Amino acid sequence: MVKQPTTKNQSEGFYRLISFLSPILFLFSWETLVRVGLLDYRFFPAPTMLVEIFVEMIGSGELWSHVSISLMRVLAGFALGALPAISLGLLMGWFRAVYAFFDPLIAAIYPVPKIALLPLFLIMFGLGETTKIVTIAVAVFFIVLITTVNGVRLVDPILTDVARSYGAHGWRLFARVIFPATLPAIFTSLRLGMGIALLVIVGAEFVAANSGVGYLIWTSWATLTVKKMYVGLVLIALLGVLSTQGLERLRKLTMPWAQDFHTPR
Amino acid sequence: MTAEISILHVGKTYTTPQGGVVALDDISLVVPPGEFLCIVGPSGCGKSTLLRMLAGISSHTSGEINCRAVDERQRPLTAMVFQEYGLFPWRTVLDNVMFGLEMRNVARRERIVIAQDYLAKVGLAQFARAYPHQLSGGMKQRVAIARALANDPAILLMDEPFAALDAQTRYLMQEELLRIWEADRKTVLYITHSLEEAVMLGDRVAVMTARPGRIKQIYPIDLPRPRTQALRTSVAFNQLVATIWEDLVEEVNAAQLQEWTAIAEQKGRTGWLNSQQRKTRVKVSTD
Repeated sequence: MVKQPTTKNQSEGFYRLISFLSPILFLFSWETLVRVGLLDYRFFPAPTMLVEIFVEMIGSGELWSHVSISLMRVLAGFALGALPAISLGLLMGWFRAVYAFFDPLIAAIYPVPKIALLPLFLIMFGLGETTKIVTIAVAVFFIVLITTVNGVRLVDPILTDVARSYGAHGWRLFARVIFPATLPAIFTSLRLGMGIALLVIVGAEFVAANSGVGYLIWTSWATLTVKKMYVGLVLIALLGVLSTQGLERLRKLTMPWAQDFHTPR
Repeated sequence: MTAEISILHVGKTYTTPQGGVVALDDISLVVPPGEFLCIVGPSGCGKSTLLRMLAGISSHTSGEINCRAVDERQRPLTAMVFQEYGLFPWRTVLDNVMFGLEMRNVARRERIVIAQDYLAKVGLAQFARAYPHQLSGGMKQRVAIARALANDPAILLMDEPFAALDAQTRYLMQEELLRIWEADRKTVLYITHSLEEAVMLGDRVAVMTARPGRIKQIYPIDLPRPRTQALRTSVAFNQLVATIWEDLVEEVNAAQLQEWTAIAEQKGRTGWLNSQQRKTRVKVSTD
């Protein structure tokens, strides 16, 4: 049976409505608790107070300057890490020899939290943008690589059997079957990689930057301008949501054939 | 128009850490052009392995396999239909059916015409643009069959193609397969674990032994064609099923004993198995 689009849309609307309830309820309770004095507004300013400073920071251009520089670092580092990782991951998954060659090295480096390498990169590249971008790239590289390799190795053998029974082999088997069959795993790896990239950028900007959202959070804490710190937290959360949604859009564009994760069959 | 298969003393031995395992032992079988041959046998007897060898995705370790096309046309020798359908989820139904033609470098325009033709033959013309995940199991297997037929093979290899379908769908699919097959009578090698299905479809039914797999006996099925499900109630049909079952059940029991022994040995409890074996007669249904 072909799916009935109408029933699917109805239930989706219902679940979307439910998804809106929890954040609204959360913000409302926060606001109330501050207003009645149960939460100290100096440490936990109410959401409405934050809106005020948010608008002010947009007006002064301060907000955009932090967001744009962080965004640039994340996107550059992400691309620099993910693209080679996908290529090498496909090779490692497909050629046993390539896997055997690189695996020990990767197994040794992977468990190191990549933010720990920041001082090393500071020595190598100095205090400029390169250091931050490279740290992100390295962190993204490993998670994307490992997930992609696994994706290739877990391609359903029935698909390769079918392809081979029709005479597909070598490059054709790879390009027409292995690569498209690995795409879902690659997108999962990109999502994980984006999460890591945001983690690393905040860490790097805490200690080795004088701009960016991480820097905003850290200096606001240091100077006890708590409201700005909250703005920074909201911004990093927004970056996370937006990047995830961007990737999801790209996924749907690239794989119109894939089922939605949450839609039951 | 079709092909002959001859399998001579073919064997296959797997090497495992525990030593060699003989999966197939001295199989000899000749399938004349245009015959529909069904193979039944207990699980793990190597019948799928045999089919995979013919499809060129598995190799034999001894003996000889010869497939000979009887006509002069340029076309592939075999196409295989798998129990798990094996449709490519990223390709539309039409693109799936075109896969074999694509691998043979048939021009795109021609591919589309051929694929649409075979989709129509399996009744799915209006689903050409759908993706596999939008289809039911029966529809998926129809697409897989269309994909195999579109490649115009001399020999059609089918590995329990309807085993994952519900009983009603399976009956319909059997009739449809017969209808399509009767139009051009390709040589078909059809593996099933359902004896009734084998008798329903085949010109002959070959019974395989428990591992190491050998051909135990071949039964000619001289039921009239075209056949429909109405045949199931006939005396001749049921007598054939009963006769072959007597032969098959020994092998099913033997296979089960092998399996139980293997499990018991893993647990180091052979004594436990022997007492169980004495108490229980293995019960297996025919369908």
